[in-house]
Amino acid sequence: MPDIEETMLPGVGVRHEFTTAAGERVAVLTHRTGRRELAIYDRDDPDTCRTVLHLSSDDTVALSELLAASQVSETVRTAQRLEGVAIDWLTVTDASPVAGRTIGDGAFRTNTGVSVVAVIRADSTIPAPGPQTTLEPGDIAVAVGTPEGLQRLHTLFES
Amino acid sequence: MIVAAASGDAATAFIEIGAVALVLAVLARIAARFGFTAIPLYLLAGLFVGEGGLFPLDVSHDFIHVVAEIGVLLLLLTLGLEYSVDELRHGLRTGTPTGVFDAVANFTPGFVAGVLLGWSVAAAVLLGGVTWVSSSGIIAKVLSDLDRLGNRETPAILNLLVIEDLAMAVFLPIASALVAGRALGATAGTIAIALAVVATIIGLAFRFGDRLSALLDRGGDEALLLSVFGLTLVVGGLAQRLEVSAAIGAFLVGLALSGPVQTRAGTLIAPLRDLFAAVFFVFFSFQIDPSKLADSLLPAALLTIVGVAAKIATGWFAARRAGVARPGRVRAGATLVARGEFSIVIASLGVGLHDGVKLGAVAAGFVLFTALVGPLAARYSSAFVHVRGHHRGFDDRGDVAGVELDDRGRPR
Repeated sequence: MPDIEETMLPGVGVRHEFTTAAGERVAVLTHRTGRRELAIYDRDDPDTCRTVLHLSSDDTVALSELLAASQVSETVRTAQRLEGVAIDWLTVTDASPVAGRTIGDGAFRTNTGVSVVAVIRADSTIPAPGPQTTLEPGDIAVAVGTPEGLQRLHTLFES
Repeated sequence: MIVAAASGDAATAFIEIGAVALVLAVLARIAARFGFTAIPLYLLAGLFVGEGGLFPLDVSHDFIHVVAEIGVLLLLLTLGLEYSVDELRHGLRTGTPTGVFDAVANFTPGFVAGVLLGWSVAAAVLLGGVTWVSSSGIIAKVLSDLDRLGNRETPAILNLLVIEDLAMAVFLPIASALVAGRALGATAGTIAIALAVVATIIGLAFRFGDRLSALLDRGGDEALLLSVFGLTLVVGGLAQRLEVSAAIGAFLVGLALSGPVQTRAGTLIAPLRDLFAAVFFVFFSFQIDPSKLADSLLPAALLTIVGVAAKIATGWFAARRAGVARPGRVRAGATLVARGEFSIVIASLGVGLHDGVKLGAVAAGFVLFTALVGPLAARYSSAFVHVRGHHRGFDDRGDVAGVELDDRGRPR
């Protein structure tokens, strides 16, 4: 990991910066309000910024989700490389028969051959959930398996 | 009713105040449109409605005066709210040499000008204060508008603003004591007491600020707004009683608040501050007779030229110490040019002086010029160094003593 430098900006917030492997200087400026700026320094005049991206709190969450190699995207990448393996996101509705039950209760793998590899709840992700993990209404289950198996899992989630 | 005291009719007061507010609203929109602060426009508006202006108001001066004073307290409170105790400590540790350079380079022109104009020492000292302090409001806005917050010279600029504001905590009580115009011994005594009071409040703020903040944070928004407003006025009033300026009391209240309550209070107070501060700026030039302003324009213009040069030198010095190359040093200097709210606050201390009216007029002119030139200089400085950089190449990087630069001009 590159060295990250921290600079205080009185009355504004704090700035963290580092140099990328390619030699670009990047800074993240965190305002007191939570608003952020992503700045890339100019190669000709390294004291100024070439590009400044203004990010709201929500934008920051979205961007960090995309950048962080989270469990979900890792799985997606692996799954996409394997032939015959599909991945799907299933939402647990209030009316769903699986709502309030654990993954073990549903016996999804036994019934469909599909594995639930992650559960996304609100803004957090539960990676590699165990059989005792309860599915709550509003959760999104990330499942990997054969296309047919996923089809059957859909039915279990909805009927 | 105090509002209607002068005219005997509250309806007149409402109509007049409302009309002025509407005019200010239009001015604020014009200023926002062109991306500069509305303060100079407010000052101009004050000239029109003041004594000897085109549309003199009937509203009781006592009423406007109190509102304007509250405006000063709120301006200083929000200034104090900008900074955390850690930032102040850090600023003091790293920025003292820059702060001293800034004080000497920028106080001197105003003071000398005051002496040359034949004013009293107190008035000259106040004019020194006017030329000294940059406007943190304008500068923060310019930095953010021009996307310069990430720039390497920016921390140097912001640290200097912190130091200036802290320096004011010492300068304002001294200036107030000089304005009171007692014998030398009595003045020294007043100053000593005032500084002791300031030191005590700062000590208390550092020590118990956290506990006070936690206490205030528990209430809802309405309770928080009222308690911060009340606390500011009470501390300001007590400070005034002890002959420290009320403004400093308010500033220290802002400093004492930290953590979540600091941000919340800042958001809640901001609209209130805008309202009261607008009245303050209008009231300030309200007291200036436009016919006398004409005589002050030449001194103000000359002072602007010197003041701009002094701030550019200060910015150059501050940025060089931070290891920033030449283009950045010019940017830092140009950014610091703008003077604003604080200069007017300082000048307003002297209204009662014999030379108070002239001081007010010169200060108004000076703030008018620098507040307009400053943001333009900041914007233009970048084009200026770019053109030069293009011709000469960026090979002549900084020549900071003791800082070795790599092939990209960055300190190693």
